[in-house]
Amino acid sequence: MSKKSTKSTSKAKAMAKSKVRTSVKSPAKSAIKMGSAFAGFPRELLLRLHSLMVKSRVLEERLIKIYKAGEGYFWIGGPGEEAFGVALGLLVNKGQGLEHDWLHLHYRCTPTMVALGMPMIDAVRLMMNRATDPSTGGRNFAGHYCFPKWNVAPVTSPIEVQYPLACGTAHAQKRAGHKSISIVTGGDAGTAEADFATCLIWSSRKGQELPVLITVQNNGFGISTPYEGQHGETEIADRARAFNIRARVIDGNDPIETYLALKEEMDYIRKTGKPSFIEAKVSRLYGHSSADGANRKTELVDPVLTFEKKLIDAGLLTKVEAEKIWDLYEKEGVDAQLLARSEPAPAPESVWDHVFVNNENADWRKF
Amino acid sequence: MASVAQAIRMALHYGEKNLGVKDIFGQDVGAPLGGVFTATQGLKTAWNTPLDERGIISVAMGIAMTGDRCVAEIQFADYIFNTMDLLKIAGNTLWCTNGQTSLPMVVMTPVGAGIFGSVYHSHSFDAWASRLPGWKIVMPSNPLDAYGLMLAAIKDPNPVLYLKSKALMRHKGEELIPGEPSDEKILKSMIDKPVQNSVGWRPRWPDLEEYTVPIGVGKITRKGEHITVVTYSRMVSLCVEAADKLAPEGISVEVIDLRSIYPYDWSMIKNSVEKTGRVLFVNEDTEVTNFGEHLSYRITQELFYQLQARPRVLASKNLPGIGLSPNLERNSVPQYNDIEMVIREIVAEVP
Repeated sequence: MSKKSTKSTSKAKAMAKSKVRTSVKSPAKSAIKMGSAFAGFPRELLLRLHSLMVKSRVLEERLIKIYKAGEGYFWIGGPGEEAFGVALGLLVNKGQGLEHDWLHLHYRCTPTMVALGMPMIDAVRLMMNRATDPSTGGRNFAGHYCFPKWNVAPVTSPIEVQYPLACGTAHAQKRAGHKSISIVTGGDAGTAEADFATCLIWSSRKGQELPVLITVQNNGFGISTPYEGQHGETEIADRARAFNIRARVIDGNDPIETYLALKEEMDYIRKTGKPSFIEAKVSRLYGHSSADGANRKTELVDPVLTFEKKLIDAGLLTKVEAEKIWDLYEKEGVDAQLLARSEPAPAPESVWDHVFVNNENADWRKF
Repeated sequence: MASVAQAIRMALHYGEKNLGVKDIFGQDVGAPLGGVFTATQGLKTAWNTPLDERGIISVAMGIAMTGDRCVAEIQFADYIFNTMDLLKIAGNTLWCTNGQTSLPMVVMTPVGAGIFGSVYHSHSFDAWASRLPGWKIVMPSNPLDAYGLMLAAIKDPNPVLYLKSKALMRHKGEELIPGEPSDEKILKSMIDKPVQNSVGWRPRWPDLEEYTVPIGVGKITRKGEHITVVTYSRMVSLCVEAADKLAPEGISVEVIDLRSIYPYDWSMIKNSVEKTGRVLFVNEDTEVTNFGEHLSYRITQELFYQLQARPRVLASKNLPGIGLSPNLERNSVPQYNDIEMVIREIVAEVP
């Protein structure tokens, strides 16, 4: 990690702490307290965070290689969001049905999916538009996951529509009386869409608040347009505060800070039934997508390497052990690519499948 | 006889009581108003939303994603256009997820002209809706069908757009809804919120029965031999009027109330046109890229050599809006005289 990035991380942390303003009661103290370098996290959890972050990174880099090798048409994903996404995936009340959390994710959510337990091969199948792709059957882009067994709502290309959808699932969850919540992720540029405001408005109506964890992964860009060219507000979190939604800004490149913040806010939502907001500052390590080259931005903080170095420096992980983890996932990625390459593409005639439920005929020629 | 608004209200009540509807929502849908056309008065699960059409559609999608049933309303179709990409997503979600995520939701919205509603209370939406694959689209023309199509829409596992004619909301039909009291004054006293002193008012619902109109099934409202007129919604009664007026002159008009835009009852249309050899499609959306044009195209493809006259589409003029003055609206949207005139022209055409 460069001095510059260390500085910016520290600055972000300091800023995050200073900006945790709440309009309601102070957050309940987390079971895991801040203080030491790793906030008292058990070694097992630290290594699990690291392992999943590495896995997600290796997977995304594999997907980029698949694109660059001409075996996929388009890549978009989340390298740089590992710290935030993995922490989120580990904290979710995972499962299907209203008693579990709902996830409305954006297309940089591979780290969350990896933490939930998605095997690499399923992301590769999506990337290579195989019929075996469990999310879309070869119909949609990389990163557009859908896993009903974990309440992972379909990821859409139109940005920000996931925000108000989260209000819909949260409404049903609240009615069902469970402590489950709806979680939404999205980018900073997308907050310009009306749907972001819709989420703030619908989730915060007095007496009708909804259990939604509203998060923004602020990577400082909307495709090529810098943050400064799109925003007048000091922090995106300020917009949530205007609706009396408890809000904070965190360093989303730090898995410990992210984990603690997410846990605290999730606990708060489960306890109160009210929304909460997190703006996480993250890196966009490979640009927007394959459309702008998908090349590594070396000037940005790398959350995976930064965290790994901290673990090694603290003696919690050796370099050799770290290398083994990278190698292990690299092999899994290569094997996944080889397997997906051998799997069938969707059949042309399958275009009419699933227009309507149970394949009821939707072709007017057959009416 | 119930009005269309009362029929919809009773259908929604039946839905929340018997079909698992847990949310009926939109702007002014809940108390105290119960809908700008009173179609949601007194319903147990009706609630008011912020003035936010995109929020209404996306929250419906979220609720449907959990498997709960809901009916959402956009107050007028004129204001549905800013939700177009959400409607697209709702229609493509099942397909995009390879059959994994269905959205069993109903969106109802008042459509069409006929109330002198000027530019933003006169829009139609059927042609637009027909370009939303993944949705089923229904358009009732009378109270009984309004009831039966709403029940079918609620029970359907797909997203269903329920387009209700603004001008028909107070229109009364000729057939009773199963369970409806035969005396309309009694019905009114049971389910209409009093205009005065309505605090604490609760409806007394009649003992309604299940009655569904299958989506995709039309109805022949007048049998005839010389020409087929295919229409739906508000235009049905005008076409029927034309059929009745022309019958004594020996012009026998078959009128099909299509009832569903998608899927549509092709076999009913085909069988009728094979018999008559002449066909007119009537609706009130604008004429360029009109749904009737699709049907007309299909007629020419499949029945070209059986036709005795050119198929015609009678629709609204391709204008940016419908003007408030009756002179402007009547010269924009098909009127009775237009329908009668075109029928006469087609019947008179010599191959």
